[in-house]
Amino acid sequence: MSTSKLIPLSDAIGRFVPDGSSVAAGLGLEGSIPFAAGHEIMRQRKRGLALIGPISDMLFDQMIGAGCVQRVQAAWVGNVITGSGYNFRRAVESGALRVEDHSNLTIAMALKAAAMGVSFMPVRTALGSDLIGAHPGLTPIACPFTGGPLAAVAAIAPDVTLIHVQRADASGSAHAWGNLGVMRDACLAARHVVITAEEIVPAAVITSDPNRVIIPAFRVSAVCHVPWGAHPSPVPGFYNRDHQAFIDYRVGSKTPEAFARWQERWVDTPKSREDYLKLLGVERMSELALRNHLFSAPADYGY
Amino acid sequence: MIEYTPSHLMVAAAAREIADGEIVFVGMRLPLLGFFLAKSTHAPHAVGVYELGVVRDEMAPAPILTMGDLPNLHRALWLADTADMMGLLQGGSVDVSFIGGAQVDRFGNLNTSYIGGVEKVQTRLPGSGGACDLASLARRHIIIMAHERRRFLPRVDYITSPGYGDGPGWRERVGLPRGGPSAIITTLGVFRFDPGTCETVLSSLHPGVTVEEVQAHTGWPLTVAPDLVRTPPPTARELAMIARFDPDGYWTRTNE
Repeated sequence: MSTSKLIPLSDAIGRFVPDGSSVAAGLGLEGSIPFAAGHEIMRQRKRGLALIGPISDMLFDQMIGAGCVQRVQAAWVGNVITGSGYNFRRAVESGALRVEDHSNLTIAMALKAAAMGVSFMPVRTALGSDLIGAHPGLTPIACPFTGGPLAAVAAIAPDVTLIHVQRADASGSAHAWGNLGVMRDACLAARHVVITAEEIVPAAVITSDPNRVIIPAFRVSAVCHVPWGAHPSPVPGFYNRDHQAFIDYRVGSKTPEAFARWQERWVDTPKSREDYLKLLGVERMSELALRNHLFSAPADYGY
Repeated sequence: MIEYTPSHLMVAAAAREIADGEIVFVGMRLPLLGFFLAKSTHAPHAVGVYELGVVRDEMAPAPILTMGDLPNLHRALWLADTADMMGLLQGGSVDVSFIGGAQVDRFGNLNTSYIGGVEKVQTRLPGSGGACDLASLARRHIIIMAHERRRFLPRVDYITSPGYGDGPGWRERVGLPRGGPSAIITTLGVFRFDPGTCETVLSSLHPGVTVEEVQAHTGWPLTVAPDLVRTPPPTARELAMIARFDPDGYWTRTNE
């Protein structure tokens, strides 16, 4: 029996996300974004973070607006269904934020390289684009075997990777399903992994289906029980995407003043995720609930 | 008289670019609707690949606003990692992809990162996402964007997604394995690319639009195809289908 790593989210963020950390998040792209963990980082006024991720639907923009972020390594920062991330825009345009531009493929390979314990991965994308050569993490090379042109993507090993999953046991073994984005490699690449989970289940539930394990317990530093921890992003098996929250955020981030009000309302006033859910309201939560369930056929792992 | 917006027209034009049985790397917004329209009409066997880790060959059972919506995962052909999707793309399995842009030039290079360039940033846009990969690695890609003079420039300020660079031979020279833009679908017409010069050729005008109007909104001298045609307006059946995919008109009620 492994030791329990089940701790409150505020403790996990306090302990594993010190100021100046590099933090990977939003790794499922549009789904299972760890908003609760991100909001806790904002609430604790973390500073000087480097954010790592592929497309970052709204979460990076919020953390940038809250003043937590010094540097971003990402392919896309904005709000998927409305466009621009206004805090991101303001921070880059004023010179306050350093950005290393990636594509989804190059950021995936940067994490893959770190996951594999090598210093870089080769790719065939981005050649001829202005992404190449703009920062030291992306550079053209010749294939050592054929001499053909490639781009080398330097490994990115986050200090901490934050993921939100459907279920985990107390030791940190976690099941995730749906589209997985770059979650797996980001977990393997990181020094610490902090998991928020919709449900905490007995270990036997996790070991009944080992193919669904996103990361094994020994790579996990903390597990936190946070129902609705990815709202407003969708979580397969739990809730749909809350489009209205993304639409409202467009207005709520358009000016620094609007964002300050948004942050006060949705991050600082609620002292916990429970408070946040009270603010969200039962009615809205029930609108996001699944209407049509589809359970997979059981797989026999017997012998 | 059937009423439609420029977005409806662009969706219908995008759908026509997809052949039956093709593997399509589906983007966001209008291309998502274009893919659905193609699948529901002439391309029922097209397969959609989505960068977040979804491959599907059936329509989503309910309307979706974006690719991460749960109906898009329901009875998918495959749910996997972004690296798996990008592997399909990099390995050459993807026939066609769709991307949008803020700026484009006559060689089809796209900027979705920095208006004004990196050194003198006027406007920071969201960035590449998967667009650079789609433009670099798909067998061909289609650009969809609003046709405005400030967007159609002789040179883009920054190449996020490579087109034909500075002309013939450029993609080979920089090491891109294949592909290039095959069309730009705009709010005014459709451009294709001259295989000799790799430059845009105006090949279709949307209903009611003149060549002069397109020229006025384009920052380089137009080359017009000798067989210039009119873009067929969306049919009543196509519009009814688009209304089913986008019931609240989130993507199609406005002009972009």
